[in-house]
Amino acid sequence: MSASRREFVKSAAAAAALTAIGPHASALAAVPEIHVPTQRMEDDYAALCLRAIEAARAAGAQYADARIARYRSQGINTRERRVQGLSDNETAGIGVRTLVNGAWGFAATAELTTDAVAAVARSAVAQARANRAALARPVQLAPYGAAQKGTWRSPIKTDPFTIPIADKVAVLLAANDAAMKVRGVRFANSGVNFLREEKWFANTEGSATEQVLFRCTPGMNITAVSADNSDFQTRAANEIAPRGLGYEHFLESDLVGNAPKWADEAVQKLSAKPVEVGRYDLILHPTHLWLTIHESIAHPTELDRALGFEANYAGTSFVAPPEKFLGTYQYGSTMLNIQADRSQTGSLSACGWDDEGVAPEVYDIIKDGMFVDYQTTREQAPYLDWYYKKIGKPTRSHGNSYAQYWSDVQFQRMPNISQLPGERDLTWEDLIAATDRGIAIVGDGSFSIDQQRYNAQFGGQVFYEVRGGKITGMLKDVAYQMRTPEFWKSMDMIGGRSSYFLGGANGDGKGQPAQSNAVSHGCVPSRFRNVNVINTGRSA
Amino acid sequence: MANHGSRPSAPGVDGPRSLFEPPRVAAPALLTRDEADAVTKKVLSFATADETRVTIGSSASGNMRFAVNQVSTSGDSFDTTITVRSTFGKRSASSTTNKRDDASLKSVVERAEALAKLAPEDPEAMPELGPQNYATSSAAWSDATAALDAAKRANAVNAITSVAKAENLVSTGFLDVNVGAFSIGNNKGMFAYHRQTAVALTTTVRTPDGTGSGWAGATANDFTTIDAAALGRRAADKAKRSTNSVAIEPGRYTVVLEPTAVANMVQLIGGSLNARAADEGRSFFSKPGGGTKIGMKVVDERVTLISDPNDPETPGAPFSFDGQPMGRRVWIENGVLKTLAYDRYWAQRQGVPPNGGAGGGLMMSGGDATIEQMIASTERGILCTRFWYIRGVDQRTILFTGLTRDGTFLIENGKVTRAIKNMRWNESPIFMLNNLEMMGRPVRVSSSESGSAGQAVVVPPIKARDFNFTSASDAV
Repeated sequence: MSASRREFVKSAAAAAALTAIGPHASALAAVPEIHVPTQRMEDDYAALCLRAIEAARAAGAQYADARIARYRSQGINTRERRVQGLSDNETAGIGVRTLVNGAWGFAATAELTTDAVAAVARSAVAQARANRAALARPVQLAPYGAAQKGTWRSPIKTDPFTIPIADKVAVLLAANDAAMKVRGVRFANSGVNFLREEKWFANTEGSATEQVLFRCTPGMNITAVSADNSDFQTRAANEIAPRGLGYEHFLESDLVGNAPKWADEAVQKLSAKPVEVGRYDLILHPTHLWLTIHESIAHPTELDRALGFEANYAGTSFVAPPEKFLGTYQYGSTMLNIQADRSQTGSLSACGWDDEGVAPEVYDIIKDGMFVDYQTTREQAPYLDWYYKKIGKPTRSHGNSYAQYWSDVQFQRMPNISQLPGERDLTWEDLIAATDRGIAIVGDGSFSIDQQRYNAQFGGQVFYEVRGGKITGMLKDVAYQMRTPEFWKSMDMIGGRSSYFLGGANGDGKGQPAQSNAVSHGCVPSRFRNVNVINTGRSA
Repeated sequence: MANHGSRPSAPGVDGPRSLFEPPRVAAPALLTRDEADAVTKKVLSFATADETRVTIGSSASGNMRFAVNQVSTSGDSFDTTITVRSTFGKRSASSTTNKRDDASLKSVVERAEALAKLAPEDPEAMPELGPQNYATSSAAWSDATAALDAAKRANAVNAITSVAKAENLVSTGFLDVNVGAFSIGNNKGMFAYHRQTAVALTTTVRTPDGTGSGWAGATANDFTTIDAAALGRRAADKAKRSTNSVAIEPGRYTVVLEPTAVANMVQLIGGSLNARAADEGRSFFSKPGGGTKIGMKVVDERVTLISDPNDPETPGAPFSFDGQPMGRRVWIENGVLKTLAYDRYWAQRQGVPPNGGAGGGLMMSGGDATIEQMIASTERGILCTRFWYIRGVDQRTILFTGLTRDGTFLIENGKVTRAIKNMRWNESPIFMLNNLEMMGRPVRVSSSESGSAGQAVVVPPIKARDFNFTSASDAV
């Protein structure tokens, strides 16, 4: 250990001790707050939102909403014994959306003054007027009942911005150290990102809300290289999902404790047996399956895709047109139950209100294998009016509107979309024990799916050969190819509540300009029969 | 859009305006060189660190989306971010704000410095650069693009939607306009400034029954070079021709790739150009036994691959994120790997000059074959418009997977005979460029999946053999 690093770890330990005895008494915690020009900025921002929507209404908007967001983020990246990057950022701004005679306009600025927000609101109205010319179907907004007012806060235990930076660095470097101790490991990268998003929203229908949302994203990658440089294998720590939580999630991820196991698996991958191509029963661990759900269920059930609005980038959907699929299409096995839920504690899309002020619903998307609903916003729900009338439900938004940043317009983004556990409390081990010839996959890897979400290919982190109900060795170069409806219909065994895991990602891309959504997907170990497996290894 | 003229003064001192004044844009224009220099100097005046670097990005982004033959959303946004990187000895950290008042600038410096003092010493720390000489190029900027307001954007969109409507087709698309200024300065006298406009217009036209889909797109720094109606006609034609598609057996096929599909593949090589990863044994460009493949033939000898932000064909910022001048880097010349991307630390360690990294556009050599000649010379093959959902499978061979999309056709006996269903491939640009048969004239293409303007990519159409298709897709 170098002298500088030893000193650093020592000071980190001292900082940790100080933190334990007093509320951040350590000088190490004294990272200054960005200058706040007024005493109660929160009131000012709420007032600025109201000012913006008044200006939009005065300029002729029939509807307007204003959203001020302030982001505080902190990121640390390390490799081996070195901190590669350390940053702490704060940015803020306002986005104003207006509706004039059924056409949308949007404008955004970082200038948070009374005059600037009014000007940006007028600019959004001018946009809407320019867009109104070629309108075929004017936008209609589904009603959402009483005006929404209140505050909401992510249920965190510890605000990450109150913890000394040295504590965080010490954990990451210790995790790298633990990985590097494993023979054959040559590289270890680790990092963590913390985000706090404060969001003020108001619309011309009387809603005014304030929310404070947190995200914690720890990560680690360990690479082993063969002695002659002819092969290298990386193990990414996918078990560590990003969550809508605070510092506690970073500690509970236990990078230091888990690193030796991941490192060992990276080394084992070097000598793993290349997979033989063919059809196998697959037992998919929830640290892997969440991504398959994301790509092959969550995306195709977005209503804007089904209606053709995303055809130029994200694509359309095989579950379209709605009138041919809603309530009648068998999406998968009767064991398949999929629910949208933005209330799950610690999930990435949890919130009090979506980005158009709607309190999100918990609702079924697939019930006993049958496709029963799409994800919607206020603009989209009226397209399904015929269906909701038929099933006796009110036509309202499910609360699935989101914008990645103040400067981006909100649109339909997936909420947490999760598989419900089976009635019997089966485990990962139970599924393996019940399988005669298969491959068990842990962790997500490579992923790709077509623009209508039929044909997908997924890799993973660790692949196990299963023979006669037992894991008999490790495989490498495994990827499976699937056609969505057949794949979900082939699911014949699923885990119970105790094997449930909440995976997720910050980088769910959609829209033009492309926006990233943060979303969680809960699921249980599940078995799929007779799936096509390819070998991805090629020699250069 | 940017440059509408009036610009709000400092917060809170906005004067009265005429009733007859048109709606005013709510944000400042881009920072000029002098303004960026002034903000940099102000930030430096608050700094107490041994070294301080100030990076400023000001942007005016405008966009218009259309779907089902009408504008769906559009917007303008304005932002200026200021990032301060402070270094004490070998300890560094950075902090970003998007507020420009003195108190915020002072605070962002304090935050970066407080963090830097807490950072462990970085054994790889490199000192900040002193004054540098940078090339200047005007090709990256276009007044016409900077002046593209909502009405002009709507005209471009209408040129496409009217083609689609006239043919009873459904158009969807995106016009992305980015106007930005970027500067880097430090307390050692280095200052670099670059301003740039970029625009991308893409459209996907589908038949109303969803059985046919065609795409066309273009990107440029100067919007006036993009012919929106021609893009609309091209996508519409492909949509009509791609109906009644049939499935063919997956396997290895000769492919004729339009330039966008070539760029989708070739730009993947850029992600593997890092010299350090190659030296460390975790890259395709690692040499078995140690070292890199520099000097070794890696692809067909007709292939040369260059990044040069000063070339008018691929204009971009002539400096790297840490202020190094960035010039012409020949990655592959006549099939031989000539260099890799060296940052300052790794270059010093390996005893080679640093070259600013892998950015700054991408340009591939070409030939004189036309796409028609490529088709005419093909007994059985596949013509591809573009690729989609391209994701890494194996870094050891730069192996990726993805699918064809929006115009995939069967070539039989020298002719395009019919539309085929889309297919998934597992392939490496390295293998593809080793299986090269013919090349055409390089052109600038829209090569990002998301339709963003991105960096300039100039590539030819190509014909290559043994492209590895692994499964069929029902997606249209």
